Amino acid sequence: MIGALELGIIYGVMALGVYLTFRVLNFPDLTVDGSFTTGAAVAAAMITNGQNPVIATLAGGGAGLIAGAVTGVLHTKGRIDGLLAGILTMIALWSVNLRIMGTAKEGSTVAANLPLLRADTVYTPLRDAGLLRTWAGVAVLFVAVMALKLIVDWFLSTKLGLAIQATGDNGPMIRSFGVSTDGTTILTLAVSNGFVAACGALVAQYQGFADISMGIGLILVGLASVILGQAVLGQRFIWVSTFAVVFGAVLYRLIIFYAMRVGLDPNDMKLVTAALVVLALLLPRWGFLKRIPSLRGRGGKVPPRDAPPADGPAPSVDEPVGATAATTPGEGK
Amino acid sequence: MLVIDSLFKTFFPGSVNERRALVDVSLTLEEGDFVTVIGSNGAGKSTLLNAVSGRYTADAGTISIDNRTVNRLKEHRRARYIGRVFQDPMAGTAPNLTIEQNLALAERRGLSRGLGPSLGAKRRERFRTELRALELGLEDRLSAKVGLLSGGQRQALSLLMAGFTKPRILLLDEHTAALDPQRAALVAHLTETIVAQGRLTTLMVTHNMEQALALGNRLVMMHEGRIVFEASADEKKKLTVPLLLDEFAKIKGATFDDRALLN
Ligand SMILES: Nc1ncnc2c1ncn2[C@@H]1O[C@H](COP(=O)(O)OP(=O)(O)OP(=O)(O)O)[C@@H](O)[C@H]1O
Ligand SMILES: [Mg+2]
Repeated sequence: MIGALELGIIYGVMALGVYLTFRVLNFPDLTVDGSFTTGAAVAAAMITNGQNPVIATLAGGGAGLIAGAVTGVLHTKGRIDGLLAGILTMIALWSVNLRIMGTAKEGSTVAANLPLLRADTVYTPLRDAGLLRTWAGVAVLFVAVMALKLIVDWFLSTKLGLAIQATGDNGPMIRSFGVSTDGTTILTLAVSNGFVAACGALVAQYQGFADISMGIGLILVGLASVILGQAVLGQRFIWVSTFAVVFGAVLYRLIIFYAMRVGLDPNDMKLVTAALVVLALLLPRWGFLKRIPSLRGRGGKVPPRDAPPADGPAPSVDEPVGATAATTPGEGK
Repeated sequence: MLVIDSLFKTFFPGSVNERRALVDVSLTLEEGDFVTVIGSNGAGKSTLLNAVSGRYTADAGTISIDNRTVNRLKEHRRARYIGRVFQDPMAGTAPNLTIEQNLALAERRGLSRGLGPSLGAKRRERFRTELRALELGLEDRLSAKVGLLSGGQRQALSLLMAGFTKPRILLLDEHTAALDPQRAALVAHLTETIVAQGRLTTLMVTHNMEQALALGNRLVMMHEGRIVFEASADEKKKLTVPLLLDEFAKIKGATFDDRALLN
């Protein structure tokens, strides 16, 4: 249970990345399935080769940054459909990842996995202090991820961050105010995949190995985290949203943990994850969990929602429209 | 100021769907000119505005702003000089961002957008002052999402945003067409005020002849991709709707005659 909590918090880093593309940029990015493993592979290879684990983790994130930028360039400059651009990068990364892990394997140029069991990792100080898998360990990880969340909040509140938000909301409009939406799109995809890859690096070190297939289906884990978290906590403000997606990542891990408890096999987890996402998509249609943001509205830039325009763009708001920030301190119960 | 010289634009050239949207269009706007553009559906009015703003690239011809040829500048680069309001009230604002965020975006037209804060007390104060001038009560709703506003309110805000930084050129494409008469009148009035205050050089497309006559100092009529009628400042003062309709009928007849001759 504490292990699931710790892992969930670590996966919060990934959820923040998916939030940036999926929610802020309005771009379902499938690159993450590949870039997550890339981050893990780079970090594992570097650690195996004797590099400092913190540097290895950052380098893993850096590799994800590049992967995201590739998808961004394919989509914007190459005018390739966003889903396809992500798939292309993701598939290409499979080969790249095998090679990256191969650099740490003697007598081979490719490797499908790298063990990290005896190596020093970013968690070694925690483990040595006896904190890992205790509530104190949970607290340390939580504080670290919350610091990252605050950085995301700050970033989105800057002039550049606002331009990115506008890119996702109404691209032609923000172009008419002088922003290169190609630039903001590439940048956001890069940052997002940087987060996802850094998360891959952290997960590999936590579980003690990197594996070529560890990223498969990750996009659904990301979506499940974003949707679940925002369904429970809302998305009225950015700081609520970013907290919600980290919370969603933890919630997801706990659901998986209990699903295994009741006898499901780890092999069933992909099915459970897909079912979770489907449920989260369908429940609002049936009137449950009205707060769940509508995913089906994606595509149109200014999606005509089911509701009249008066409250269309703020699907998470239960309060009457027009309620302002100051009057809703309890937002996100 | 704005010089459009022999602009051509053909969609789907060489195919059965070929559409000659702009044919040898030349038009010069002096500093402070406010030109209204009328013409039938498909005359090429929107294409002209899109070519000026850089959304479409012209096939031939040049566009220059302040003696600088901008043909090669991408849309977002030209945006430094050009403010736009579209027909669709949804098009000019970001619905999921707040009023103040939208204004903050508009305020940075053509400037770099770095990691400084996008909002602050000073900016909010300025936004409030500017919004007050719209007389829609929006100054008290700075943190409301723009998607909650009515079409007319959004269009008024779009107009304010487009003119916020006093761009060299303001392009308005039937920006009152989607509004009910009362709101349309309000937005038309605001247009006059904003253009006058900023002494903006303006190109405004409209289907409403009365509006085309009431606003601006010059008028052009387009038909089948060409400018077929121009009224200078003096001529425009004397124009009336029946005179315009007459002119329009004449032109239709003329092009018909031309074709008859060619055949
Ligand atoms: N993106 C496009 N692709 C293909 N054809 C286009 C495109 N935009 C405009 N056209 C064609 O070019 C011609 C001129 O269109 P345009 O939109 O400029 O007319 P308009 O004068 O603005 O008409 P309206 O009054 O209906 O808005 C039309 O025949 C139209 O079908
Ligand atoms: Mg038009």
